[in-house]
This record gives sequence, structure tokens and C-alpha cells, in this order.
Amino acid sequence: MKLGGVSRVLLIEDDPAVREGLELALTGHGHRVRAVESGEQGLEWLRSDLPDVVVLDLMLPGIDGFEVCRRIRAVREVPIIMLTARGDDIDVVAGLEVGADDYVVKPVQPRVLEARIRAVLRRIGQDQAELERHGDLTIDRAGLVVTKRGAPVGLTPTELRLLLRLSSPPGQVHSRQQLLESVWEHEYFGDSRLVDACVQRLRAKIEDDSAAPVYVQTVRGFGYRFGPV
Amino acid sequence: MASRPSLGLRSRLLSAFALLCVVTVAAVAGGMYVQARNDILQRTQDAAVQAMRSHLESLYPLPSAAPGPGELQRIARAAAGQDGSAAAVVAVFHGAHAQAGAPGGWRPGGYAMPLDPGTIPKGLRGAVAGGVLAWQRVEWHGVPFLIIGTPLLIVEQDQTTRPSGIEVYLARSLLPEQQSIDGLAASAWITGGVALGFAVVLALLATRGVLRPVRELGRAARLLGQGEMRTRIAVRGSDELADVSRTFNHTAAELERHVEQLREMEADARRFVADVSHELRTPLAALTAVAGVLEEEAARLPDPAGRAARLVSQETLNLTGLVNDLIEISRFDSGAAALALNEVDMAELVRATLRVRGWSERVHTELESGVTARLDPRRMDVILANLVGNALKHGAPPVSVRLRADPHWITVEVRDHGPGLDEAVLPLVFDRFYKADAARTRSEGSGLGLAIARENARLHRGDLTAANAPDGGAVFTLRLPRQAPDPEEGPE
Repeated sequence: MKLGGVSRVLLIEDDPAVREGLELALTGHGHRVRAVESGEQGLEWLRSDLPDVVVLDLMLPGIDGFEVCRRIRAVREVPIIMLTARGDDIDVVAGLEVGADDYVVKPVQPRVLEARIRAVLRRIGQDQAELERHGDLTIDRAGLVVTKRGAPVGLTPTELRLLLRLSSPPGQVHSRQQLLESVWEHEYFGDSRLVDACVQRLRAKIEDDSAAPVYVQTVRGFGYRFGPV
Repeated sequence: MASRPSLGLRSRLLSAFALLCVVTVAAVAGGMYVQARNDILQRTQDAAVQAMRSHLESLYPLPSAAPGPGELQRIARAAAGQDGSAAAVVAVFHGAHAQAGAPGGWRPGGYAMPLDPGTIPKGLRGAVAGGVLAWQRVEWHGVPFLIIGTPLLIVEQDQTTRPSGIEVYLARSLLPEQQSIDGLAASAWITGGVALGFAVVLALLATRGVLRPVRELGRAARLLGQGEMRTRIAVRGSDELADVSRTFNHTAAELERHVEQLREMEADARRFVADVSHELRTPLAALTAVAGVLEEEAARLPDPAGRAARLVSQETLNLTGLVNDLIEISRFDSGAAALALNEVDMAELVRATLRVRGWSERVHTELESGVTARLDPRRMDVILANLVGNALKHGAPPVSVRLRADPHWITVEVRDHGPGLDEAVLPLVFDRFYKADAARTRSEGSGLGLAIARENARLHRGDLTAANAPDGGAVFTLRLPRQAPDPEEGPE
């Protein structure tokens, strides 16, 4: 997780013009961009390189974006932003299910993509050093480490931010809109499926039974609440 | 428009049948009744007159021209006869009179008429005094009587006759005859009633036979009108109605073919637009990506190149907006648009739309609080941003947004205080690429904004309408059902 200054972006996009355009724009915003044209190349790069964020087109020749996303998630917690075609709602849902953090719709304005990248890279600045214990879960706000029964839980930055946001303070109800604004830095009208998908992934990682969640509970008609445990 | 036009036809046919039946029955039964009644009365009268005459003939020769009371009594008794058919008899001679009741006195079912000079009708007495035999029917306490009056004549030596001054009146009850006439009338009524009932049943059967195909035709035509192009009628028989049914089927088939053709053409056109939009997306994605770079560089470029860069950048954004709108509308056309429902506070949503676009200061709001609904906030934002944006751009301030709710509907009104919309264009403002100002061939918008807004409203099972406020200014009203569509998807 890199801040402020230079961040490394892995861009996986098959169309040469779009790839070059986005590379130009992102480089213009001060990122170091590695642009590749296929999922295979992207995964290859990920083996040796450690990008701060992956920008991934879903429509790729060879192994498609979903598979790429799944394979990245299997080994890394790096934030992934999907590039989707407008209106392909099923793509969005499927992409979020396999672990993407956010998505933008093509044609995307560089300004918008830049804002999303900044949002997923933003450091969660917390000063309190004490460890919070909630049942079996321990949250280290300073070290940004979450452990369950002593074992570290591998959370992506977005999942971690969502958990920190929900748990401060525990028991408070957060609406999807509020979470979109605070965690994803979307405007009020962002896509609430981002929240729902991220909650599902978070539950899969921290709950004993994600069908009967203890930590991240749904408050029907309002949003989500952490605990109380 | 009557919802069941066949009912009118049915009642008309029924009344015609019933009327026909009533007239026929009345004519036949009435005629027979009158004939029979006259026959019965005539026969009774003749018989009574005959009987009285023969009884009186036995008195002759009269013992005296001026009978005393005893003599009158004898005459009365003779006139009454022995057969019991007379109810009462009175013999009158100038001021004196003598009565004789019929043997047995009472008649079943009626009074015996107390016959005396006072109860005999004057006209009858006048006629009898004139020397002729006369009769008259009277009612006494509801019982019909026949009163027969005759003068007793004195036969002179030369065979001429002169009235003796003695008059004999006989009252005879007509009750049995009345009863048989009533019986006749009753059977006429019953026959008429049965015939009427029979006629109504026949009429019902006949109208059903005619009306069923007519009603079926009406139902089929309605279905066809509602877009059920496959509607056909089963053709039965070979009468005129079957011809109409065949014609209907033929017309419906033609109509279906034409509509199908038109639909295919329209679908082709829409598919073409959708395909073009999707094809444009990839080059636009590249263009959009560099437009920002170009715009940032524009400031540093010398003028012609700088202005060109800004133009390219701006127009790329406009083109992107247009293509995005086209893709959006083709998703509505193909039915691919889906709702991402969320529990939303409407007032907060309106405020957020205004806040995100920096309009909060320029728009006056009147928002009922606590109005929540399950809807797609992004689509709501699209609608509201379009309406408020139009009002700010084309209308005149103050622009106001009003949110109200009743148990069934949520209403959002966006109005400005400009000149309003021309009444003629009101129905057109939601059309695609409709521009209120013909001279303005191009505007910042894609020309699809209101069309998309309305589609979004309808996707929520609501509606969007345009009107002019009575005191000037355009009013766009968004109405949303409070029980929003609740598809299986959406956050739990």
C-alpha cells in the first residue's frame, strides 16, 4: 500500500488504443504504469512485481477478467478495480463476487479512475494503538492486522477499511450509502452492490458461519452493523 | 362507451318478443273472453225472461184490475216460481207492493237482493211503466243481479191489450255466471302468462344464439385492441355471423402480420443503434482516456493547438455522454435494465443529488421528511438531476423541488418560473431527441435525458409527467408507488 506519491499500477487491457490512452492518463497523474494486454501476461507480472493496484478489463482474450481476478485473489490482497462495459450488470456482480474491490464503466474519464485508485490506496489513518477484541476477533487499528483466534485474517484493503469503519463504534448501524461514501469514497449514488459484495467476502473470512453472521449483521431496510458480539 | 354492448341488444330483443307475445295473447284471449261472456249472459237472460213469462202466464186471467195486497202477494209468489232460480220478486201496483223471496232465500256466496220499489233502477221502472218487458244488470254488494221487469197486461174482448198497472220485478243472481266468466278470465290470464314465459324463454334462447357470436366478436376485438394479435374466433355454421367471424379472423391475421413486420423493423432499428453504440464505446474509451491529458496540456500549448485540444477534449466528453445515453436507452428497449433496490430516504436523496452537483444554493426545496422507499438510488438521481438540470438550464429561477407522500404514492415536483412549455410540445418532451427549440440544433444534452428519466420512472412502476403551472413555469411531476417493485434480487 503506497501513498501520496508514486504508486504502481498494473493495467490489464487488451485494446491497444484504450490501453495506451489509460497508460498515458495514469502516467500523467503520476503513477508508474505497467500495461499488459492479456490476463496471462498480467499474472506473469504479478509473480515478480508487487503493484499497489490492478486495473483489470473484464473482456479479455484467453483467460477472462473474472478468472484473472480469482487467481490474483488466491495469492494477493492487492486492490483490484474492474473495467466494465456500461450496462453489463451481470459482469459487475460476477466481478465483485470473485473479489474485485471496485469497478468503473468504460469509457471512463481518467479523473474518475484516478479518484477510485486513490480511494482504494488511501491509508486508513488510525492512531489508537490498543487492540480491540470482539469475541474471537482482534482488530489492531494501528498495525492494521486482524486476527481470529490468534490467526491472522488476510483482508484486502477495502475489506479491512469496511471492517474498521463498521466496528467504530460497534453496534452502530451504517447505511449502504454511508459506507459507499466513507469506504469507497463514492458519491451518495454509488452502486450499493459494492457494499453487499464486500460484506459477503468479509463474512466469508471472519465469520464462523457466513449464513448466520455474528460480526457483520444485516439490519434489514437500513444497512449493516458490527456486532455487538 | 358501454362496457357490455350486447346487453342492450339482448334487452331489446327480449322486450320485442315479450311485447309480441303480450299483444297476441291479449288479442286472442281477450276476444274469446268477451265472446264467451256475452254468450253466457245472453243465454241466462233469455232463460230467466222465458221462465218468468211462463210463470206469469199461469195467473191469467187476472181476477181483478185493482188487486189488493193478497192478490199482489199471489202474483209475486207465482212469478217467483218453484225452481228457485229467482232471488227475489216484487209485484207493484201503484203505491202498493208485495214481495216474495225465492224458496231457500239465500244464495251461496251472496246476499239475496231485497227487491222493493226503492231498489229498482229508475230507468227500468220507466221502461216497464211504458208497457214493455225490460231487464237490467245491477251490482248489489258486489254480487251481479239481473233484474227483469214486466207489466201485466189486460187482454180486452177485442184482443187488444192495455197495461193493468201491475208490474212484476224479478231479481236473479248472476253469481254462478259471474263465477264461470271469472274462471274464463283466469284461464285467459294463465294462458297468457304461460305463453309469455314460454316466449321469454324462446327469446332468451334466440338471443343467446345470436348474441354469443356477437359477444365473442366483441371480446376478440377488445383483445385485439389490447395487443393480443393472436386472437381468433371459432367460426360456426354458415350464416351472416359466421361470415363476420371469418372476416374478423382474416383481418386479425393481416393485422398480426403487419404489426409483426413493424415490430421487427423497429427491433432491427433499435438493435442497430445498440450495436453502433457498443462499437463506438471502445474507440471512445481510448479517446476519453487521453482527453483529460489533452485538456491539461491545452493550457501549455500555443493558441490554435490549445483551443483545438480543448475542443477535442470537450466534444469527446459530449460524445461519451451521448453514447452512454444511447446504450442506456437501448438497455431499456431490450428489457435489460434492472433495478438495484435499496431502502432510501427520499429527502436525503434529493439533497444529495443537489449537493453532488453543487445546486443546493440555487434550488428551493420543500421536502417532507421521513419518506422512505425501496428504490434504485442511482436511477432516482438520474431522474432528479435531469429534471433539475433542465429547469436550471431552460427555465427561470426560482427552481423548486417539492417532495410529498401519501400512503400510496411519493410525488416529487420540479418546477421553474420561466415561460413554461408550449402546450403543443407537452406531449413530445419525453420523445427521444426531441428539442423544445427547433433553432437549437445542438445542446449540451444528448436529447435523451427526459426519455431516460421517464424510462427510469416507469421501471419503478411510477411515471413522469410534464405540465405547466397555472401561474407560469414548467412542472415535471415524478410519481412513484410506495410499495416499490420487489424483485427477488436486491440487497437482503
